Amino acid sequence: MAYAVQDKRFAPSLLSFFIYNPKFGPREGEEEKKILFYHPNEVEKNEKIRNVGLCEAIVQFTRTFNPTKPAKSLHTQKNRQFFHEPEEGFWMVMVVKNPLAEKQKEGKTVLEYQEDELLDKVYSSVLQQCYRMYKLFNGTFSRAMEVGQVELLKDRLEKFFHRYLQTLHLHSCDLLDVFGGISFFPLDKMTYLKIQSFINRIEESLNIVKYTVFLYNDQLIWSGLEQEDMRILYKYLTTTLFPRYTEPELAGRDSPIRPEMPGNLQHYGRFLTGPLNLSDPEVKFRFPKIFVNTEDSYEELYLIVYKAMSASVCFMIDASVQLTVDFCRKLDSLVGPQLTVLASDICEQFNINRRISGSEKEPQFKFIYFNHMNLAEKSTIHLRKTPSMSLTSVQPELMKILGDINGDFTRVDEDEEIIVKAMSDYWVVGKKSDQRELYVILNQKNSNLIEVNEEIKKLCATQFSNIFFLD
Amino acid sequence: MEQDYYLELCDRPIVFEKATTVNSVFFDEANKQVFAVRSGGATGVFVKGPDDKSPICFRMEDKGEVKCIKFSLENKILAVQRTSRTVDFINLIQDYSQLEYSQECKTKNARILGFCWTSSTEIVFITDQGIEFYQVLPEKRTVKLLKSQSINVNWYMYCPESAVILLSTANLCNVLQPFYFRAGTVSKMPKFEIELPALMGKSTKISERDIAMATIYGQLYVLFLRHHSKSSSSAGAEVVLYHLPREGTCKKMHILKLNRTGKFALNVVDNLVVVHHQDTETSVIFDIRLRGESDGTVTLHQPVLPARSIHPYQMSVAGLSAVAPQAPIPCKLYSSSWIVFQPDIIISASEGYLWYLRIKLQPIVHLLQDKGRLMDFLLQRKDCKSVILSVCSQILTQSGRALLPVIATVFDKLNNEYKKYLDAEHSYTLAVETSQGRSNALLKRPVRGQAVIDQSDMYTHVLSVFTDLKEAPHKFIIAVLMEYIRSLNQFQIPVQHYLYELVIKTLVQHNLFYMLHQFLQYHVLSDSKPLACLLLSLESVYPPAHQLSLDMLKRLSTANDEIVEVLLSKQQVLAAMRFVRSIGGQDSASARKFLDAAKQTANNMLFYTVFRFFEQRNQRLRGNPNFTPGEHCEEHVALFKQLFGEQALLKPPAF
Repeated sequence: MAYAVQDKRFAPSLLSFFIYNPKFGPREGEEEKKILFYHPNEVEKNEKIRNVGLCEAIVQFTRTFNPTKPAKSLHTQKNRQFFHEPEEGFWMVMVVKNPLAEKQKEGKTVLEYQEDELLDKVYSSVLQQCYRMYKLFNGTFSRAMEVGQVELLKDRLEKFFHRYLQTLHLHSCDLLDVFGGISFFPLDKMTYLKIQSFINRIEESLNIVKYTVFLYNDQLIWSGLEQEDMRILYKYLTTTLFPRYTEPELAGRDSPIRPEMPGNLQHYGRFLTGPLNLSDPEVKFRFPKIFVNTEDSYEELYLIVYKAMSASVCFMIDASVQLTVDFCRKLDSLVGPQLTVLASDICEQFNINRRISGSEKEPQFKFIYFNHMNLAEKSTIHLRKTPSMSLTSVQPELMKILGDINGDFTRVDEDEEIIVKAMSDYWVVGKKSDQRELYVILNQKNSNLIEVNEEIKKLCATQFSNIFFLD
Repeated sequence: MEQDYYLELCDRPIVFEKATTVNSVFFDEANKQVFAVRSGGATGVFVKGPDDKSPICFRMEDKGEVKCIKFSLENKILAVQRTSRTVDFINLIQDYSQLEYSQECKTKNARILGFCWTSSTEIVFITDQGIEFYQVLPEKRTVKLLKSQSINVNWYMYCPESAVILLSTANLCNVLQPFYFRAGTVSKMPKFEIELPALMGKSTKISERDIAMATIYGQLYVLFLRHHSKSSSSAGAEVVLYHLPREGTCKKMHILKLNRTGKFALNVVDNLVVVHHQDTETSVIFDIRLRGESDGTVTLHQPVLPARSIHPYQMSVAGLSAVAPQAPIPCKLYSSSWIVFQPDIIISASEGYLWYLRIKLQPIVHLLQDKGRLMDFLLQRKDCKSVILSVCSQILTQSGRALLPVIATVFDKLNNEYKKYLDAEHSYTLAVETSQGRSNALLKRPVRGQAVIDQSDMYTHVLSVFTDLKEAPHKFIIAVLMEYIRSLNQFQIPVQHYLYELVIKTLVQHNLFYMLHQFLQYHVLSDSKPLACLLLSLESVYPPAHQLSLDMLKRLSTANDEIVEVLLSKQQVLAAMRFVRSIGGQDSASARKFLDAAKQTANNMLFYTVFRFFEQRNQRLRGNPNFTPGEHCEEHVALFKQLFGEQALLKPPAF
């Protein structure tokens, strides 16, 4: 997307990211012990200590005004700091450099910090997501402390964030990061029940499977996990794991159909985690471990992701179980053929439904919908999410307005409706009804407020007729 | 093993005086009556039928040995054959002469092989040279020939249910000629030839003992017991079933493999072919509707179950004499004195017993391991409901738990039958509606057989019991319920809300709210008011249930009042008013209800807004902002005045 940009812009970027616990070095001279992780690592030790100390001080200071809600962020001209205390005593800090604009002033080029461009909610959400992603693959900080003292925790943090921070694309964060929602695949009842039946049968025959998750086209259909765990797993699957495989597929490599062992049905199933080649008896493989229900039962599970055509299934198995290549073969021969059939069923049914509802054509409206109750999210603004960037089809200015409206909604409990006319003459409408939020961008420059209101009513009547959405 | 016997003799047999030199016993297949004729009738004829509490007794003159004796249908006329050329008739109708009259067969030199009543006044003589169809006129004591047919007859067979007489012709008796009788007419059906076993010697003829006729699943079949299989590779005997359609030619359809040789007898019980084997004193059963090995035209069937004896039978000795009851003695089963009649009758002339053969379904449950086949089998049986339900319960219990695919198969089979019935019922209703008054008599309401296991049966006897027991892991319980719902959906049967309630109850008990949410999101649990109310009640334990419930009410589109109530109860007065307005219901909305809710919020501005809204409505509707006494808003008016002053009230227009 090319926009008419008069000024050269520099997107917001990550300046530093650190995690500390004040209790680990309470005495003078021991301050370094507080620091559990610091990025970039090259920073001189005393500067690290100074920065951590400053954050500690700010949090302490703001606590005097509101003991339960200390500062969440600190705005400065050049950057913005976000504070998050995911577990008691453990603080995560993310420092983001404000975006810059190169402007011509009196014939000279000057850089101007655009301090107001960043939305607190967006980046606080990104920070929280960092923690949740860490926790998904490593468990909680405190559990690591119990198991292996501070050394283990430091080790884990280093291993995880060293890689993870490189995948943070702060320039493309927006409202969707605030929601952290899940896109659900629209499906008719019968096909859905078939999937249920499939899952139940697989869980019966492979009884070590504790939870199953089913996705199609990177959209969720069924989650055996609880909502919060699903939310972060969904994020991982759709932004990290799946793109890793779809990109080579799109490029025409790695043809997924493979001749099966004799006696087995030919199918398109393959492991996205675990063994790549089952016919190799010496195959080495490892399934990633994930941690779920950390609030109560604290379960450590292997994550098996298996895919046939566009259908992906995640099987989660207690990590105390030794997974052999025989098990993988059994799973492959059991799930592969069934999932292949199911995937083509879903595809067929989906095409039928699409033809009936006539939703094949591009929707006229650009909107984002989010339901806090089931985390369902739908966006016609985002074209495609790749790990490197989320491609939006609207100007950043409009995305910022959406973020601002969302900020307003968060502050009040009651249902609201906000209509904004943007500088670029677009109309932006935000609606909140109970736990649902809807943001619409209308490209009707000459419309007046009444007409815009009518348009929104029409949109709700056509797109959201089956839910209780007050107009 | 006690529970192993799957065939039994009925416990209320017809007991008659056993055959002796002075007492001849006859059985009439049409009326299922046993005749005991003492001394040619002079010392009494005793007739016992299946429903007769006391036997019919009468005397008749001894005019020689009785060869055959039968009542016409409804016991109107008695026919007795004493010679090879004549049949004598006696009226048993009140006011008619009871003097005997007789009819000699018309064909010269012909010998009467027997006779059959085809109605209360129509009779067929079968002679060795053909058939003669007569009408008996009891009031005139005469007999009128309706029709005759010449054909060489070796022996004959009569199937009263279908009114078909089968004649055996040709030298080897292997050409069979059926005739169909109805209301004074005879129709000759296409004849057909029984394939003779290759091994049989030229002189061996087909005996009538090896042929039977029976109606199986509403179709008439001729059953031929072939002692030696045509192919020499398999030594055992087999039963060949020829389908005899009313129109069209007879076709060989099924072969039942007996896998043994010896003396056999055939019965048909509940559409099952029962083959008794005297040498081993066991029986096997065949179901031609069960899947067999087919070559495109003929289907080969193996016995459904392993061979078993008929359940041992105790004869009470006090059967006839009224002396003090003695200990019952065991009855010799498969005795050589047994005679079987179609479809399900076994007579022991030497003991003086007539039994109906019965099938016991419960023992079969344990004998037939394949649950899918078991269901196919049970669904075709007459008294299957309780057994089917018990099988369903059993496959869900801890000890007998089946795998989900098996459970799914069972559900699919049940719902297939259920759906067939619903469809029949539906087209019947449609037909009745479209043919208002006209030819309604022709329409037959579909009969609901026992095999129709509907949702309420499953709920009451199987699913609710199973979920209450809680011995199964909740994962399994939910999987079973979902499987049943899936099956119903697959057959496009609307699911009743109590099944959904069961699902919800189970999910709630195990705190699986997110699962519930997902089910509702995909409309797996279909919308209904009861379900919406149930969800509403879950709000305290699962807050999103509120939203789910409102969505459901909205989709129902008949529950607008409920939506308003829900919103008002949550003090969302403005939301409720906006909703009422959006559905155009503001004119009929109760002002009092809204004002009450607004008052309760203790939000004066809200109260003001609501009050003004209704004042304006009154103005628009009646030209006057005041509330009518019928609206009972006096207290609200007073409150309004108190809060905002008298002058804040809208003024009625001045004229």
